[in-house]
Amino acid sequence: MSQSSNQKAIWRHRTSRQRLMLWFGWLGLVALFVWCWQLMNRETMWFFVLDAPRQAADIGGRMWPPRWEYLPELLIPLWDTINIATIGTIGGVLMAVPIAFLAARNTTPSTRFLRPVALFIIVTSRSINALIWALLLVAIIGPGILAGMVAIALRSIGFVGKLLYEAIEETDPLQVEAVAATGAGRAQVLNYGIVPQIMPAFWGISVFRWDINIRESTILGLVGAGGIGLKLQGSLNTLAWGQVSVILLLILGTVVVSEWISARMRHAII
Amino acid sequence: MSRAAVSHYPTSWRRPPQIITGRRWRIGIQLGILAYLILAGSSVEVDWQRVMEGLERGQRFAMGFLQPDFASRWGDISRGLIESLTMTLTSTVIGVLISVPIGIGAARNLAPRSVYLVCRAIIAVSRALQEIIIAIFFVAMFGFGPFAGFLTLSLATIGFLAKLLADDIEEIEPGQADAIRATGASWWQLINYAIQPQVMPRLIGLSLYRLDINFRESAVIGIVGAGGIGGTLNTAIDRYEYDSAGAILLVIIAIVMVAEYASGYVRKFVQ
Repeated sequence: MSQSSNQKAIWRHRTSRQRLMLWFGWLGLVALFVWCWQLMNRETMWFFVLDAPRQAADIGGRMWPPRWEYLPELLIPLWDTINIATIGTIGGVLMAVPIAFLAARNTTPSTRFLRPVALFIIVTSRSINALIWALLLVAIIGPGILAGMVAIALRSIGFVGKLLYEAIEETDPLQVEAVAATGAGRAQVLNYGIVPQIMPAFWGISVFRWDINIRESTILGLVGAGGIGLKLQGSLNTLAWGQVSVILLLILGTVVVSEWISARMRHAII
Repeated sequence: MSRAAVSHYPTSWRRPPQIITGRRWRIGIQLGILAYLILAGSSVEVDWQRVMEGLERGQRFAMGFLQPDFASRWGDISRGLIESLTMTLTSTVIGVLISVPIGIGAARNLAPRSVYLVCRAIIAVSRALQEIIIAIFFVAMFGFGPFAGFLTLSLATIGFLAKLLADDIEEIEPGQADAIRATGASWWQLINYAIQPQVMPRLIGLSLYRLDINFRESAVIGIVGAGGIGGTLNTAIDRYEYDSAGAILLVIIAIVMVAEYASGYVRKFVQ
C-alpha cells in the first residue's frame, strides 16, 4: 500500500504556491499587453495599415533599378562616415579608460564618491542614443562631421567603460599582489599588474565598438551630423528612391566589410 | 660573488610589446595610423565662430539639464512617454513570440537544413539594417505614429533574440537531449523536456535585456516620425527649449536605470 502511494508522488520543480504566483505573473503580463496594445493603437488609422502592401509594392517599384550613376557622389560621404566612426571610437576609448579605472571596485581611489560618479557617467552615455547625442551636438556646435565624431565618442564611453571596468574587476589579484610585493608604487601596480591583464579585452572591446560605430555613423546625417546619412536624407526628401537603394546597398556593403575586419582582428588578438 | 658580476644585472626592465612583436611591422603600422589620423583630421572643417556661438547654447543646455522643466510641456512629455512605453512592451512581447520558433529553426542541431537556411536568412536581414532605416520605411508604408515604431522594434527584436537563442540552443548539453530521445520522445517532447528547461533562464534574461534596448530605441525612432518620446525631444530641441529637453533626457535615463535594476531582480527570481 505504501508502495502505491509512493508511486503517485510526482516530482515537481516548484511548490503549488510558487506555481500559482507564476501563473498570476503570466496572466498579468497578458493583461498588460492587451491594455498597452489598445492604448497604443487608439489613434492608429487602420485604413493606412491595410493600404501598406500596396505602398510597399509602390516604393519597391520605384527603388528598382538602383541608380548606379549616383555612386561616385557617395564616395566622399562614405569616407566621412568612416572617419566619424574611427575618430569617434578613438576619442570615446580615450575618455572611457580613466572612467573605467574609477568605476572598477579594485582600482577606484574612492568607492564612496568617485565610483558612483563614474557609474552615472556610464549609464548616462549608454541610455542616450548616438542619434540624440548628434541632435544635441548639431544644435550646439553646428552641423558637420565634428558633431558626428563627438556624438560617437560620447556614446562609446558607456559601452567601452562598462565592459572595461568589468574586465578590470575580473583581473587576477595574485598578480597585482606580486607586483605590489616588489615595493611598486600605485602607478607601477596599475602599469605592470593590471594593464597587461586587461590588454586583450581592451583591444577586443575597442574593435567591437568600432564595428558598432560604423553602423551608427551611417545614419547620423539624418539629423545633420555629416556622412552618408546626409545623402540618404537628401534622397528621401526628394523621393529619389533609385538613389536611396544605392545608398542602402552601399551601407550594407560597408557594414559587412567592417564586421569582417572586426571579426578578423578580434580573432587575431584573443 | 664579486661586485662586477652583480652589476651586470639590468636595473630596469621594459615590458615587451604584446600585440605585434615584429619591430618593423609595429613601426610601419604606427606610421600608417599616424598618416590616417592626419588625413582624416584634415577633412574635418570646423567653423570656430559657429562653435563659439554654440558654446553659449551648450551652456544653456547644461543649465537646462541641471534645472529641468517638467511642468510646462508635461502634456507632450507624458504622451510621448506613454507611446514609448506601450510600444516597447508590445513590440518586445510580439518580437519574442515570433523569434522563439525562428530561433529553434535556426539551430543547426534541431532543424533540417532547408529550415535552418531560411531562418538564418531572416535573422541576417533583420540584423543588417539599422532600426532608423527600417523605421523610415515603415513610416512611409504605415503612416506616422507608434504603429510603425511597434513594427520596427518587433523586427529588430527578432534579429537580436532569434540569433542569440539559436546560438544558445546549439551550445546546449547534448547528453540531456540524448537521454530524452532515448525514451522514445517525439520532437515536441524533446523541445519541451530537453531544450526548453536549458535555455529558458537565458531566454527570459535576453527578453528583459531587449525590453531595455527597445525602450532606448523607442526614444530615437520618434525622430523620423515613428511615435514615442523621440518626437517630443526633437521638437523641444528644435524650439531651443533646453529645459524641457533636459527633463526628457532625465526621464529616459531614470527609466533605463530602473529597468536595469528591475531586470536584475526579475532574473534572480526566475533562475
